[in-house]
Amino acid sequence: MAMSGAGLQKEGRTLESDMVFKAIALAAAALVLAILGLIALSMVSQAWPAFKDGGFDFITSKRWVPNDPDGPDGPLGPQFGGLAFLYGTVVTSLIALVLAVPVSLGIALFTTEVVRPRLRSAVVTVIDLLAAIPSVVYGLWGIAVLAPNIVTVYDSVADAVASVPGLSTVFGQGGTGRSFMTAGVILAIMITPIITSVAREVISTVPDGEKAAALALGATRWEMVRGAVLPHSFGGIVGAVMLGLGRAMGETIAVALVIGSSTQIVGNLFKSGNAIPAVIANSFGESSGTYRAALIGLGVILFAMTIVVNVSARIVVRRAELRLRGAA
Amino acid sequence: MPKKKTAVWLSLLLAFGLVAAACGSDSDGSSDTTAADSSGAEGDYAGLSGSLTGSGASFPDAFYQEAIVAFGEVSDLEVTYNAVGSGTGKEEFGGGLTDFAGSDSLVKDGDGPEAGSFLYVPTVAAPITVSYNLGGVEELQLSPDTLAGIFQGDITTWDDAAIAEDNPDAELPSEDIIIVHRADGSGTTNNFTKYLDKASDVWTLGSGDEVEWPTSSQAGEKNTGVAQLIKDNEGAIGYVDLSDAEASGLTFAAIQNKDGEFVLPSLEATSAGLEGATVNDDLSYDPLDAAGADAYPITAPTYILVRTSYEDQATRDNVVGFVTYLLTEGQDLAADVSFAKLPDSLRTKALAQLENVKVG
Repeated sequence: MAMSGAGLQKEGRTLESDMVFKAIALAAAALVLAILGLIALSMVSQAWPAFKDGGFDFITSKRWVPNDPDGPDGPLGPQFGGLAFLYGTVVTSLIALVLAVPVSLGIALFTTEVVRPRLRSAVVTVIDLLAAIPSVVYGLWGIAVLAPNIVTVYDSVADAVASVPGLSTVFGQGGTGRSFMTAGVILAIMITPIITSVAREVISTVPDGEKAAALALGATRWEMVRGAVLPHSFGGIVGAVMLGLGRAMGETIAVALVIGSSTQIVGNLFKSGNAIPAVIANSFGESSGTYRAALIGLGVILFAMTIVVNVSARIVVRRAELRLRGAA
Repeated sequence: MPKKKTAVWLSLLLAFGLVAAACGSDSDGSSDTTAADSSGAEGDYAGLSGSLTGSGASFPDAFYQEAIVAFGEVSDLEVTYNAVGSGTGKEEFGGGLTDFAGSDSLVKDGDGPEAGSFLYVPTVAAPITVSYNLGGVEELQLSPDTLAGIFQGDITTWDDAAIAEDNPDAELPSEDIIIVHRADGSGTTNNFTKYLDKASDVWTLGSGDEVEWPTSSQAGEKNTGVAQLIKDNEGAIGYVDLSDAEASGLTFAAIQNKDGEFVLPSLEATSAGLEGATVNDDLSYDPLDAAGADAYPITAPTYILVRTSYEDQATRDNVVGFVTYLLTEGQDLAADVSFAKLPDSLRTKALAQLENVKVG
């Protein structure tokens, strides 16, 4: 710094401008934290009536009773247990990751390590186009095309595994085609471009020297990828997957349209369920009082989930980097 | 210097934006409302001008939009209605953001508007159909108890004894029943569950914009989403308003009314139900499970909420003028969009209600 900056320095101004720069940068960083904190605070305070009423039932009960079933005089009242929605969010996001991650990494490696440059830009453009499609379009395609037609696929899969214990529970007879699985498939298509493009950027930063060294040692192309490319870019790939997971967990419209909106926890992925963002989007407009508080409470849960996912991803990355550094 | 060029462009853009904004506010200012004649007599809306905003129920939206277009031909008053849902509509109205609100349900404490600060004006009503998709079964009759049993998941197959009893002549398949309901909070759900609560003793889920439907049931977005689900799935049954059900070509069930007759949903049967409904002093009324041999029992009322007093004469006249139009000439437009007009007795009361709207 001192050496290269010597020509830029003007006498006596360094300290001043440095301090201004520092203050601006600090303010920007603090602003982000403050916004995040204020959002969390206001959401929790607005959701408080529901948390106070329900206690831990809010995340451990699967009964979601928005109305007062026997009127104001009866003993029953509204109940808010969001477990079924929590389950739906987790299950659909996991399906999306299981389907999207191998494909995305495959495309990323294909475009960086395998294909000729001219074809590469064509492939990349097409993948990036997928990211530009609005989610409501995916949702409409889901209900109009995918859901009605995929039922036969579900049914034949269910028939094929009917006698296998375990599998027959996970892939049982479906219903209308609006299901955890359909939502997962749509989410997978939606998050593939994100994971692909981030992973591609990360992989392209692997030094050519390391790759050449691996090849020079007699490694095949796959051995080179496994030995030089993947270890070097592991942290970035995890980051890419987490970005995709974040989008999958928060996706609202497409999921709301194809998941079927049933409040249930079943192992059968071909059955319909519901997810947190979908519930909030569907019900918020007509909600009031404790019900509204409960919906905001679901938002708080989702917020907490994304934080947990991000923090644990960071831990995974740090551990892996330490291990790699130790090995090197 | 590329940086300087960018700066010049940016400042040009900014300046342009400011000028545009200034122009915008100018033109807004020039269209200031001139105080209209306070006559508000039927058929004379030419004196009204300015703008009026309302928001609320999506259920009567088709009718209001139709009426707003027709109203624009007889008046300079510009009316906007946003179908944001009854709950949000009441909130915005209570918060003073809108001049009137549309609502399918009555105002409860905490909804927004304070008691005594608003009046109910009924506008139109529409039947809620029970639509189904069952190949080979063209006619289906359902009693309230059977309907309740189906929608709370007690009756799970189409050849159930209870359905067979209502339909002695039909050949019912052993298909599973797929219950379809609204995914979003909705006045349609509220009216449908209110009907079941009122008409059937076996119904246990209560009523509301959303209820705890059986876990295996499916849901669609808005009336159109429910209609689509029913259309796509053999064995499905759900509740859809008449216009969307007709537009999707669905088959309706005939529902047993209070007099024991099975009646198909139609505008005539709905009007018959409105005749049999009891009207409260504040003009709220309950047409569900109404008496009368021809009455279709599942009918949703809808109201416009107006303030008891508006701040200035012009707004008051505009609101009264538009709502008067809805209750007079506008009523003839209702049938075009599958809504039933109000019976004359109720319409007269509604018009009289408008005279209680004051200034100050």
